[in-house]
Amino acid sequence: MSDTIPITVDFAGGLEKLFGDQRRHSVSLPARDSNGRPANVAFLADYLCKNLMTDPRTDQLLEDKHIRPGILVLINDADWELEGEEAYEIQPNDNILFVTTLHGG
Amino acid sequence: MGQDTGNHNGANGASVAENSAQDGLARRLTEEEFDRYSRQMIVPGMGKQGQLRLINSRVLIIGAGGLGCPAAQYIAGAGVGTIGIVDGDVVEMSNLHRQVGHATSRIGMKKVDSLISHLRGLNPLPTYIAHPFHLTPQNAADIISQYDLVMDCTDNPATRYLISDVCVLLCRPLVSAASVQKSGQLIVLNCPPTPQGLVDGKYAPCYRCCFRKPPPPSSMVSCGEAGIMGPVVGMMGVAQAGEAIKILASALHIPSQNTENGPERNLQQPTLLIYTYDLDSAVGPYSFRALKMGGRKKNCFACGENSTLTLEGIKAGNPNYEQFCSIPTASCNLPPEERITAAAYHAAKEKGELPEHILLDTREKEHFSFGSIDGAVNLPFGKFLMKAAAVKRGGGSARDILPPEVVDTDAPIFVVCRRGLDSQETVAKLKELGLDKGGKRKIMDIAGGMKAWKEEVDPSFPFI
Ligand SMILES: [Zn+2]
Repeated sequence: MSDTIPITVDFAGGLEKLFGDQRRHSVSLPARDSNGRPANVAFLADYLCKNLMTDPRTDQLLEDKHIRPGILVLINDADWELEGEEAYEIQPNDNILFVTTLHGG
Repeated sequence: MGQDTGNHNGANGASVAENSAQDGLARRLTEEEFDRYSRQMIVPGMGKQGQLRLINSRVLIIGAGGLGCPAAQYIAGAGVGTIGIVDGDVVEMSNLHRQVGHATSRIGMKKVDSLISHLRGLNPLPTYIAHPFHLTPQNAADIISQYDLVMDCTDNPATRYLISDVCVLLCRPLVSAASVQKSGQLIVLNCPPTPQGLVDGKYAPCYRCCFRKPPPPSSMVSCGEAGIMGPVVGMMGVAQAGEAIKILASALHIPSQNTENGPERNLQQPTLLIYTYDLDSAVGPYSFRALKMGGRKKNCFACGENSTLTLEGIKAGNPNYEQFCSIPTASCNLPPEERITAAAYHAAKEKGELPEHILLDTREKEHFSFGSIDGAVNLPFGKFLMKAAAVKRGGGSARDILPPEVVDTDAPIFVVCRRGLDSQETVAKLKELGLDKGGKRKIMDIAGGMKAWKEEVDPSFPFI
């Protein structure tokens, strides 16, 4: 197994502002976390906060180390609840989209 | 509630829709109906049958704003027989760039009345019903029960959860959209409607199945604060009308046992459509995305198998929607000695009592560009926070991120923002960066921001 997994990470609904106003990022994600377990969505979220986020307000993405309420996570365009949520193990070339729920009208 | 009886031959408000199944769908179209709806009736799949279904349908549009205006225009144009509109607001000038069902001449009028007058000009045949107040837990079931399909065109999470809950309990399909700044979302919920608690099988989700908890108030932005592009919210409203027309004309909202001979049913997975609009690039491959959502959830608070949600409970205040989506509070509260009112700042400056000082305005540059207090320096809050964090992480000093005239003097600093929250956080951050020189230098927050400035000092200030 290689050391990193190539994926694309997208942000929408305003979350892109936390990541240098850029909506699409190519990320080489470490294949395993510090305990040697395969990288999953929870690890990805933590990794993004530490390495990709340009805004210091990590509470805009994470709350108590979990994705905060009001953010949908889509794995290859499907709601992550269909894929196992935070435990989903990232696969090469996955597309992970983080999007906020909107309320205005 | 104001009601005028429409002129659709044979369609007379509520009584018809209840026993409309036979007579309403068998009648002939009038000459005017035939002429008016001919271009949509000849579309494959629509036909006279679809048109008569629309004429016999009752649609409730909740919110007569940026979503509700375009949605209502197409609902009315298509000939939906009974159209109810709920909104307690009045038309304001700042609505008109996107709320295109109103008019400059109707500023100050109740939005429902303004929109209905516009719709009647477009199509006088439907029956229009005005509900000129906001939807509340107390009135929601009484209003929604009078309609076949609900369109959520509101602008706040508490009302969105309320609407969905009542639609679940009354078995009404819900077409929901939302939009802020440069993004829009659309989803069809509870369609076909399924009784609460039925979870064995593939049933459509409700709003809570898809969006279990509201975002924290600190992360929520409204169109008033973040801005909104007219075509973005308009596109979502028009798409809502498109979905509603499709559902009603094809009878997709009628539980399946009643339509064995009906059209083939769309049992595809529920889909969330998101639209992202960039001001600095053309439409691209990711401008629209269609996302697969899950179905009804067993453990859903509203529609799941052990749900205790009832109409009586909602009316009595259970659940408490306001609390569930709690109103934002200041994240940082400075002591009184570090704050000054806008009026006091202005008076001291006029009297020459203020020493030479620095005034930082932390609004975004778009806001700043419309006007500011004389001598203010723009320091956009988001960028400042980012830079301050970088200094904290990687070392460096305030000199790297602030102009020298701010860092290299002992002149007091005043900070002002839009409404008085960001400025308090900025004061705290400036102290963290050591700009208060161990307490020697004063750093003050102008309480209430430019909003207070307009209210207390300069009523002509262009506050946006
Ligand atoms: Zn549900």
